[in-house]
Amino acid sequence: MPTHSYVPHAPGYVDNEGPKIVTSRFGYEDSFTLERYQATGGYQALRSALDKKPAEIHSEVREATLLGRGGAGFPAGIKWGFLPPGKFPYYLVVNGDESEPGTYKDRLLMERDPHQLIEGCLITCYALGLQQCFLYVRGEMALAQERIAQALNEAYAEGYIGKNILGTEFSVDIVLTWGAGAYIVGEETALIESLEGNRGMPRLKPPYFPAAVGLYGQPTIVNNVETLSNVPWVIENGARQYKTYGSEKSPGTRMFAVSGHVKRPGVYEVEHGVTSFRDLLYGDNFCQGIRDGHELKMFVPGGGSAPWFFEEQLDLPLEAGPVGAAGSMLGSGGIVVMDETTDAVKAALRLVRFYARESCGKCTPCREGTTWEERVLQRILDGEGRPSDIELLLDIADNISPGPYPVAADPAQELDAIPFPPKQTTICPLGPSSVAPIASTIRRFRHEYESKITKRDVIPVAAEKAMS
Amino acid sequence: MSFFDTSNLVLAHEIISRYPKPKSATIPLLHLAQEQHGWVSDDAMREIAELTGTTPAEVKGTGSFYEMFKFHPVGRYMVNVCTNLSCQILGGEELLAHAEETLGVKAGGTTADGMFTLEDVECIAACTEAPCLQVNYRYKLRVGTEDFDQMVHDIRDGRADDIPEHGTLALVRQAIPAGTGAGITAPENAREAPVWMARNDVPEGSDDKDGGA
Amino acid sequence: MSPADEANTVNVTINGSEIAASPGELLIDACERAGAYIPRFCYHSRMKPVGMCRMCLVEVDTGRGAALQPSCMLPVSDGMTVETETDLTKKAQDGVLEFLLVNHPLDCPVCDKGGECPLQDQTVAFGPGESRFVEEKRHYEKPIAISDTVYLDRERCILCDRCTRFANDVAGDALIHFMDRGNNTQVNTFPDEPFASYFSGNTVQICPVGALTAKPYRFKARPWDLEETISTAWTDSVGSRITVQSSRNQVLRLLGVDADPVNWGWLSDKERFAFEALNSEERLGAPLVRNDQKELVATGWGDALDRAVAALQGTAPERIAMIGGARLTNESQYAWAKLAKGVLGTDNVDAQLGDGLPVEAVLGLPRATIDDACRPGGTIILMGPDPKEELGALYLRLRHAVLNDGATLIEITPRAGGLSGLASHSLHPRPGELPALTAALVAAVGGEAVDTAGVPAEAITAAAAAVAGPVTVVLGRASLAETGESIADAAVNLNALDDVSFLSALRRGNIHGALDAGLSPGLLPGRATLSAGSERVGEVWPGVPESAGLDTAGILAASAAGDIDVLVLLGADPINDFVDHAAAASGLEGAGTVIAIDLVRNDSIEMAADIVFAAAGPTESSGTFTNLEGRVSVCEQKVTPPGTARPDWMLATELAHRLGADLGLDSPESIRAELVSVSPVHGGLSEEALAAGRIDGVLVEGNGDIAAPAGTTAGVPSNDAYSLRLVSTRSMYDDGVALRHSHSSRGLARGLDVRLSPTEFDKLGVKPGTIVKVESSRGHLLAPAFADPSLPPGSAHVPWSASGSPASSLIDAGAPFTDVRVERS
Repeated sequence: MPTHSYVPHAPGYVDNEGPKIVTSRFGYEDSFTLERYQATGGYQALRSALDKKPAEIHSEVREATLLGRGGAGFPAGIKWGFLPPGKFPYYLVVNGDESEPGTYKDRLLMERDPHQLIEGCLITCYALGLQQCFLYVRGEMALAQERIAQALNEAYAEGYIGKNILGTEFSVDIVLTWGAGAYIVGEETALIESLEGNRGMPRLKPPYFPAAVGLYGQPTIVNNVETLSNVPWVIENGARQYKTYGSEKSPGTRMFAVSGHVKRPGVYEVEHGVTSFRDLLYGDNFCQGIRDGHELKMFVPGGGSAPWFFEEQLDLPLEAGPVGAAGSMLGSGGIVVMDETTDAVKAALRLVRFYARESCGKCTPCREGTTWEERVLQRILDGEGRPSDIELLLDIADNISPGPYPVAADPAQELDAIPFPPKQTTICPLGPSSVAPIASTIRRFRHEYESKITKRDVIPVAAEKAMS
Repeated sequence: MSFFDTSNLVLAHEIISRYPKPKSATIPLLHLAQEQHGWVSDDAMREIAELTGTTPAEVKGTGSFYEMFKFHPVGRYMVNVCTNLSCQILGGEELLAHAEETLGVKAGGTTADGMFTLEDVECIAACTEAPCLQVNYRYKLRVGTEDFDQMVHDIRDGRADDIPEHGTLALVRQAIPAGTGAGITAPENAREAPVWMARNDVPEGSDDKDGGA
Repeated sequence: MSPADEANTVNVTINGSEIAASPGELLIDACERAGAYIPRFCYHSRMKPVGMCRMCLVEVDTGRGAALQPSCMLPVSDGMTVETETDLTKKAQDGVLEFLLVNHPLDCPVCDKGGECPLQDQTVAFGPGESRFVEEKRHYEKPIAISDTVYLDRERCILCDRCTRFANDVAGDALIHFMDRGNNTQVNTFPDEPFASYFSGNTVQICPVGALTAKPYRFKARPWDLEETISTAWTDSVGSRITVQSSRNQVLRLLGVDADPVNWGWLSDKERFAFEALNSEERLGAPLVRNDQKELVATGWGDALDRAVAALQGTAPERIAMIGGARLTNESQYAWAKLAKGVLGTDNVDAQLGDGLPVEAVLGLPRATIDDACRPGGTIILMGPDPKEELGALYLRLRHAVLNDGATLIEITPRAGGLSGLASHSLHPRPGELPALTAALVAAVGGEAVDTAGVPAEAITAAAAAVAGPVTVVLGRASLAETGESIADAAVNLNALDDVSFLSALRRGNIHGALDAGLSPGLLPGRATLSAGSERVGEVWPGVPESAGLDTAGILAASAAGDIDVLVLLGADPINDFVDHAAAASGLEGAGTVIAIDLVRNDSIEMAADIVFAAAGPTESSGTFTNLEGRVSVCEQKVTPPGTARPDWMLATELAHRLGADLGLDSPESIRAELVSVSPVHGGLSEEALAAGRIDGVLVEGNGDIAAPAGTTAGVPSNDAYSLRLVSTRSMYDDGVALRHSHSSRGLARGLDVRLSPTEFDKLGVKPGTIVKVESSRGHLLAPAFADPSLPPGSAHVPWSASGSPASSLIDAGAPFTDVRVERS
């Protein structure tokens, strides 16, 4: 049995002994209430922000190098600077549509500390002149919606949100809105489409950032829940203090969800950049190693869209640069650990199936290609694979993501890493993400594929029927 | 003939009033329809189209993009078993197979008594607690086969007060009391910088650090 | 290239050659100009790029290394280097093609699109030899009817978003939509809500595969059997450019042609499917005469001509009258004008059937083109019919201008219409009070407004404040229960605005050609009055009438009084077309000999014609067409007319010949040459110019000798407390004779109803849909009643020429307005 040291009212969260920036209240059972929030310093950052010029707040966040926590890791302060001057109104859209396989931390932040998120939103709106905020929560997260609704109602009643906040001329509404089940809506332009009442299909780029053209065609900041949850702490304690945690390029902390075959799976707040995968997967304060009697086979280092890592990558720090150079990404902070009992083809199929099911259908290569990949993989697993299927899979993949696909180095085969990111024939990275498990497993475990398909060399009956 | 009942119609107008453009209320209103009716009927979509100034085809076009909306009757309890990677490697597929056997329906099916609809779903963000599932979007974590059977038993016996019927998500709604809201900001009516941004114009080093407030 | 242009260009290297492009031009278009056509399925130059199909990926280097980019969504930038033929590009395009074929059925042999299918062509040109996809394809129920005219085969659909973008963005009819997600995405309608758009046929034309097919063309022909020529749509006055396609001497399909100043490739369904009426079995293939049993029977041309000549010779010029002519080509109109006015000597000639405007309002005010009306930053004042109902392609252009180019729309209409949702201001004055309202509006520009014509002062002030930039008044007759004179007065008022011009919204086919040819009382060819044009025209014609004759209302009244011996119906059906049914009927009954020239028997022919000549229709004779801007474009003959039917101009020359006069006109070209010689405004209409303007046409500008209308300023008495003032507007599908003969569209005619302003409806105290009685001094009808919030108080609306009891039974053509009483029946 894995060792539990769970906080009973926050299942999944593990209180390790590191610095706490966003999970500081998780220990309180009533952490989501306004009463607890205020008793633990809540809304002080807002008060102090309102005493400063908006531009000073922006500078502070820029200075802190607060990296976006949604997946791309882009510095929030820089993103905020992309707002075209004078093209009002500006909007804030909070991306709470967390649904990357293997990832969760935004859900806990919304359920356990909604006021922290709200305060972050308010400070951001104040700093940038954003005139309305839409807090978009994933549809399936009923409790998060409930906690945020409750928190918003309390905050309105206390004058933290709405007209003339805390007696100042700063006024902004935060509107809780929620999705209805579509992974792709986590992509920021798809999220905006969804918020406009449309199908959540990503928009064409350019423009590359909603900061230029976003909600209703207006400049819009889209930030992730965890990113905004950091803002009150940064403003309260200052950028300098923030940068005492983590590494120079990746200051502060980050939340990681580690699941799969480890002794103590959980969601951890981890110092950014200075902790390694090995620390996290094997450290006593963290996951405490692979479950007894088993050994590491592979792990997904940054959500389902990340190419897979292996034993050789364990000592990489949790930092975007080195992980990218090694052929993958930190992405959304979801790590899935698989031991030797895991069937690589089956595991790859499961993720590919996810992308096939979640493709929005806009770009031909993704819409048709992901489903085709799924069907070929399924055929192989069903014992109906053909010898040409491995090359077929790689070629379908190449037509979705042309050129060498990012993968980890494989010393045994003397193969170098191909750095992140992949190229794409599609608008957004969803289709190319389906290639990650295929490219990762075929490179490393080609024999597993071959052992499943060398048995048969005939066209399956169903397919023959389809062709006649 | 109105689809929404009186109180939901009031609510629908309130929801619409929070967005600069009525079409933005499409998804919340589809949820409201599903909460009232258990699933989204054609009549509901026609009314939403009217309320948001769109066509029923647009409402269905939007709604059908999202998995949570059901356009045909479903069970009172939607049992969504996660089989994505983290759950798969810790028994998610076996749990789903057990659920299929216990409920007597395949994933996607509804039990004859209309109590349960079983679905095989993608990651529900509880990966460390695999295998997991949601019943009407309420979590059940680290679910063993016996846990599952007990849960079904409890629900059938009416011992599941913590789980509202299908369609209801949050039990608390956002309410912006009259007079406290800042009001919607529409592209057409907010072309000027918000007043508080004028504070930036106060010269550096000015004594008046509060921007004259 | 001017220095300013040069400063405003960027240089792009395409496959090694540098070309100049304008900033903002999409790469896919720049490459096409440079001769490097990039395959595409979703991109359409008249719609916003959506980047869905990914077929147009090419290798682009903007200084950061070459990468695949979709050329349909990438604007050119200076120094951009593009490779459209590299291995990487080819691989990507092959890949996309293979993906598209994964679920595309291989039913090309039975697909209407086979032979003209971009997907098929691309596959042959670029595609892989055989499919590596061995699994089952997606299956859907085979073609489903999504409207009365359009079928959808979802298995063939490649989800390019063209039809859905067109429906939503271009036409504003979001009735088809993507449904479901990912690999299950499909285009569909909402249950029980068909794709009932006036513009649905465009989706068939732009579908890059055979997913959308139109009922009139399904399984009719293979593309390689089709012959085609260019022509101009004839069912309204927009002059949309079309390709006429035929096989075995039968027209099978019309396609829109992308004429930049006109229709951008779009057509209304009425324009597109109108050819079906030409293929009707009811078409006249021989002349008819009425025998002793009062039946119309076929006869030879000699007999019919002799009878007509006998009738015409047996009377005096002022006792001859001619109604109609808008169906004809410019050349036929000229020939008939010359016959009627020059040979027979009558000026009782009117191509407008009492539903138009005084010619001074059409020809005598500063004229605007469609492009003028659509200028970015300009103001469109719609004071005319609902373009969506009457001038479909113009509606699409105006809609685009308001939605995409920042034009401001102000409506001054009797009730809400197709563009109301886009109007920044909608003023709905009481019927008959347009002059007062326009005077108030003009006064309010920089001045004060008062409540006028039932419109509150604030609304007038707000509308006046919105007037900016160049102003185009789209001018026409919105309500048939109102006179054209009051609209002319209102136009005179608006002419006082700065930088204003007028775009005619007279709707009927080639009506503007007819006016230019002089088919109107007091007019001669070339936008000339009798007095101004008689010298020029008199040099070529045997004679010219000395004084202005009667208009249609006058002709019918004179005829009813026994003063007309020969009445010529030149493609006219007064019983159905004239606003006042009783006047039309008594006029026809009172006429001596009625000679009709037409394509099919209509109600007026059945009732009164003594001699009927079978005419060649559009696509059956060559000539030109003049649209509402004054733009002349060619109509080429594609098929032969049925039986012995012949072009209208030929009949005119034959009649003239038998009357002892030689018109001197022996071909459409010779007629054009004579028109140019007598009409200074047509000076630029050379054969060379027409050839150069084969797509865009040749704009004939200027007012000629026609002065602006004088304006009468007569006040309008208010209606009494018990009566309502009648409004009657047209819809695209009324129960006109052409529609009745269109196999696919005839079910579309709108039903009859009466709509009341909400106050009046409430007073009536009935449930919506209750049958009520509507009565005027002329007659009455029964119709279901509904409320219409856009109607001004004190008014009632009855649609024009709907199936059932027509509005023309209520309208008094002799009065400036018609009052009705609406009562419970």
